[in-house]
Amino acid sequence: MLRRLRHHIAIFFAVIGPGFITAMVDNDAGGIFTYSQAGARYGYLPLWTLAPITLLLVVTQEMCARMGAVTGKGLSDLIREEFGLRTTFSIMALLVFTNLANVMANFAGVASSLELFGISRYLTVPVAAAGVWLLVVRGTYDRVEKVFLAASSVYICYVISGFLVKPDWTQAAIYSVRPVLMLEPGYLTMLVGMVGTSVAPWMQFYLQAAVVEKGITAREYIESRLEVIVGCIAMTVIAFFIIVACAGAIHDVAPRDIQDATDAALGLRPFGQYAFLLFAIGLFNASLFAACILPLSTAYTVCEGLGFESGVNKGFREAPVFYWLFTLLIVVGGGVILWPGFPLVKMILLSQVINGALLPLVLIYMILLVNRDRLMKKWKNTRFYNVVGWSSVVVLIGLTVALVILSLRDLMAA
Amino acid sequence: MAGEILYLTELLGLKVYDLRRRPLGRVRDAVLVPRIHPLRVDRYLIAGGGGYSWLYVRHDQVARISLDGIWLSDELLVPYHADEYALRLVRDVLDQQIIDSRGRKVVRVTDITFEIRAEDSRDVLHVMEIDIGMRAVLRRLLQGWVPRRWIRRLQRRVPPNSIRWELCNIVEPDPQRRLRLNISMEPLEQMHPADLADIVEELSPEDREAIIEAIDTEVAAEALSEMDPETQAQIIESLDASKAADILEEMAPDEAADVLGELPEEASEEILEEMESAPKAEVEELLEYDEDTAGGLMNTEFIAVHENANVADAIDALRQRQELVDSINTVFLTDTDDRLRAALPVGRLFLAKPSTPVSDLVREDDEVIQTTTDAPAARVLELFDKYNLLTLPVVDEEHRLAGVITADDIISVLRNR
Repeated sequence: MLRRLRHHIAIFFAVIGPGFITAMVDNDAGGIFTYSQAGARYGYLPLWTLAPITLLLVVTQEMCARMGAVTGKGLSDLIREEFGLRTTFSIMALLVFTNLANVMANFAGVASSLELFGISRYLTVPVAAAGVWLLVVRGTYDRVEKVFLAASSVYICYVISGFLVKPDWTQAAIYSVRPVLMLEPGYLTMLVGMVGTSVAPWMQFYLQAAVVEKGITAREYIESRLEVIVGCIAMTVIAFFIIVACAGAIHDVAPRDIQDATDAALGLRPFGQYAFLLFAIGLFNASLFAACILPLSTAYTVCEGLGFESGVNKGFREAPVFYWLFTLLIVVGGGVILWPGFPLVKMILLSQVINGALLPLVLIYMILLVNRDRLMKKWKNTRFYNVVGWSSVVVLIGLTVALVILSLRDLMAA
Repeated sequence: MAGEILYLTELLGLKVYDLRRRPLGRVRDAVLVPRIHPLRVDRYLIAGGGGYSWLYVRHDQVARISLDGIWLSDELLVPYHADEYALRLVRDVLDQQIIDSRGRKVVRVTDITFEIRAEDSRDVLHVMEIDIGMRAVLRRLLQGWVPRRWIRRLQRRVPPNSIRWELCNIVEPDPQRRLRLNISMEPLEQMHPADLADIVEELSPEDREAIIEAIDTEVAAEALSEMDPETQAQIIESLDASKAADILEEMAPDEAADVLGELPEEASEEILEEMESAPKAEVEELLEYDEDTAGGLMNTEFIAVHENANVADAIDALRQRQELVDSINTVFLTDTDDRLRAALPVGRLFLAKPSTPVSDLVREDDEVIQTTTDAPAARVLELFDKYNLLTLPVVDEEHRLAGVITADDIISVLRNR
């Protein structure tokens, strides 16, 4: 009896990791900026979007985790096996590009968050890049995952800083359930941007690969699904507190646009040194965390899809493409931050366009795969799930098309 | 033309011409029938009539094959029909994972190289190699957009990376189909168990189980012992109980007990039911102990003789347990109640006369380092470290010899930390 109980608890703890880490990395520098901006400009109004965003996240993430557990293969493997090399190559090329831009954004987050404490980016970025490289190359997966899980707990910073600002909780509660639609371009851009930063193509690849790497099988799938759902909810809770903090600190004083996430941190300063500190530390942690995961996940995904040796437990000589790609992403992603004239904002906008183009594509392939009898057997999507899945795809396509148009417009203007 | 090579990606889309040199359709797949010929392409699948109907072209209906097309010598083509003995290279091999039995790793097929050979004055294709790596990726991406001959010239700059077809193992989970396609498990069985374990761990659960189920039980047991406990448990649980029991019987009792300890109780009991009584008793005994104690770490594969025995008796005891000879380094001396009295390095037996009593070989300063079944694992590690042990005897509360812990058990403990 005792052994059985221990067995079940052991399984739950054994499967913790993939879903939680993916959801946390989702709140990277770009995400924090988007949520801060939403709170600073529109106050509590955008809070209602968090519930549908959570649903979207859960639906997409759950499919990936299920595919990983049942087939034992990564998403890029499956796309390669079922749709051929050319499809895989095109998706991979787009993914490398958007992820590179994401890495840039996150190194920029590392640089600017530490500049709040007066440390020069010419010191912090090289040190962070070297640290990220060493952690992943020199650590085993288990140890790396533990470091990542520990980093996830730092997100609690946002919850505390949210409380320190003493926002209007009644308003926050009301607007969490009351949808507000305004036909104002700025508001629409913000809504689309929130969805866009929450559901990203790289997450699908990362989560499925992590589930496979962890050796989770169909048998432990129930526990794994729970973990994915808990992760998604935790992610939205963090987003909620970021919005609330910025609504209370910036919007309630004077609604305005913020320049970047550090601007939001500075906006919290009048509410006490701690609120500011915690927000800045949270930003630094999130940026560094994403700067770790994104290059690693990209290198894994690309190598698996194209059939090159991959994995941190192989040597440089055994898996040269893997290590080169991983290293290049970090060096280039960190390097451009130190390059004064680099058009970073333009790059990030461009990457949002490609992100937007890639996401529906990836989702369509995912739903096609998750419905194949031969692969999924009794774990195929149910009809209800397909209805929810396809309608999510349609909504996402609609939103991302809007986002692409808006980003293109900004890109022309920039 | 005979003697030249042709890649599968070039073959696909190649035009097929009839006797009057009119195009009939394009190649869509190449079929190997290993039961008839292991290397020769037996049939080509072509799509004609606007792509709606698929036809088979037999290898003896082809006159000539080149980069420009395929010319037939016979036009009586049969429509496509499913054939269980046929390996379709595009559907079944291209883009899938195979096992490279020489490089001992799992690789993904990007292209296949054929040699064009002359047979009875007609051109036939023989499979030569499986292509992986950059060169094949480049070739496939450009195919269809750049003329075939240009690609040939371009790819020369990229180093090739190929595996001979004979060294490739196709992973086929269905045993019936494996038989029909003549897929042998022998190359895998010849590998070092540790290499085989690495390969199996890289595959999907379904393929893993298929391989472990298909290969020789002894090899499966050895390979399984090299895997990490979770994977072991997953594989064992997926097999049917009697097969799982057969494999566990071949494993060392302590390892078998560890695997069963990872399983849910019903599953492990079902497997124990199926095991033969002798190994079952040993495994059951070991299952009683907590895995973080000396009892959980130990195995019951040791040799003990009575303290009054002589050297000849001891060597006889070794002969009785020949399977242990490669790994054993100590013989234990016990009294009539099986209580541990002394430990004797095996080497000393061979330097003494057969009639010498074993107790004479024990030196004054030989103290038996030992531990009890309930000692924590940390204490065991400490003893191994402090006394540089190879083998540590474990005794129960009545001081009877219950088992031994060997250095390789300690290495696994350290690695899993």
